[in-house]
Amino acid sequence: MKMNKFLFAMMLSASIAVVSCKPKDADVKAAVEKTISANAALAGVVVDVKDGVATISGELKNEADKVAAETAAKAIKGVKSVTNNITIAPVITSNPVISATDVAISAGLRDLTKDLSTVKYAVKDGVITLTGEISKAKNVAFTQAYMALKPAKVERTGLIVK
Amino acid sequence: MALQDKYKQLTDAALAAGITDLNVVEQGGVLHIDGTAPSGTVKDQLWDIFGQIDPNFATGDLILNVNVSTSAAVTKVRVTTESSNLNIRKGPGTDQPIVGKAAHGEVITLVSQSSAQWWLVRTDDGEEGYAFTQYLTPEG
Repeated sequence: MKMNKFLFAMMLSASIAVVSCKPKDADVKAAVEKTISANAALAGVVVDVKDGVATISGELKNEADKVAAETAAKAIKGVKSVTNNITIAPVITSNPVISATDVAISAGLRDLTKDLSTVKYAVKDGVITLTGEISKAKNVAFTQAYMALKPAKVERTGLIVK
Repeated sequence: MALQDKYKQLTDAALAAGITDLNVVEQGGVLHIDGTAPSGTVKDQLWDIFGQIDPNFATGDLILNVNVSTSAAVTKVRVTTESSNLNIRKGPGTDQPIVGKAAHGEVITLVSQSSAQWWLVRTDDGEEGYAFTQYLTPEG
């Protein structure tokens, strides 16, 4: 009886040893998720584990967070390697726009309207006022060009597109 | 905020197309969208959307300023005037004297991108001066 108990204990510890050597993917996944969720900056990261290979995906704010997520996943026991499919969210800034000077805008418009004799312009305090008429074909290129002159505003209700 | 909603399709497209240095700000009743496009196609695509939201760009409540990132590798530009010759001038400005001409369709050398409006170019005849960027298209 005593021997049997000893054997049973041996077998039990052996089976535990096997489990701890080869953790189940589901357990590894849970462990990686737990570590990642501890860092608020890594919210939204999706974890998947297959045969010890962890795949992390989702969208994060910057490269540092992407690396942090990978480092966190690598540190988990049972993770052989990490496939990092995390993308970085594109950034939109909202910095104030500084308009060009009236002199610079006027010089640009003088050049732009050289071949557009039917277009008249005036510039004051960064505001371009356009009058006259322009062909539909030339309107696109002209609009692109005057907007590149960095005006504060463009009043063009007096400009007829034909 | 209303303007940002009006042109949301445009900013969404800009993000999806990989516009860099994207800056969107509403200032004095005008929405300013600035950025750098990876290609001319992307720039055209954004202007198409702009034209759909605001036909003929007549309203004047958006200033869209998207430049195409021209790689330093570009050294040749094609003269894309409608049909006439392109004036090459001593300095950047139509008040500058004309020092040469490039034919419509001719491929010339880009020396430097001096400004958004004027590039320094050189013809095969060795004439060097400033030409209006609107009539130049990068080759290759």
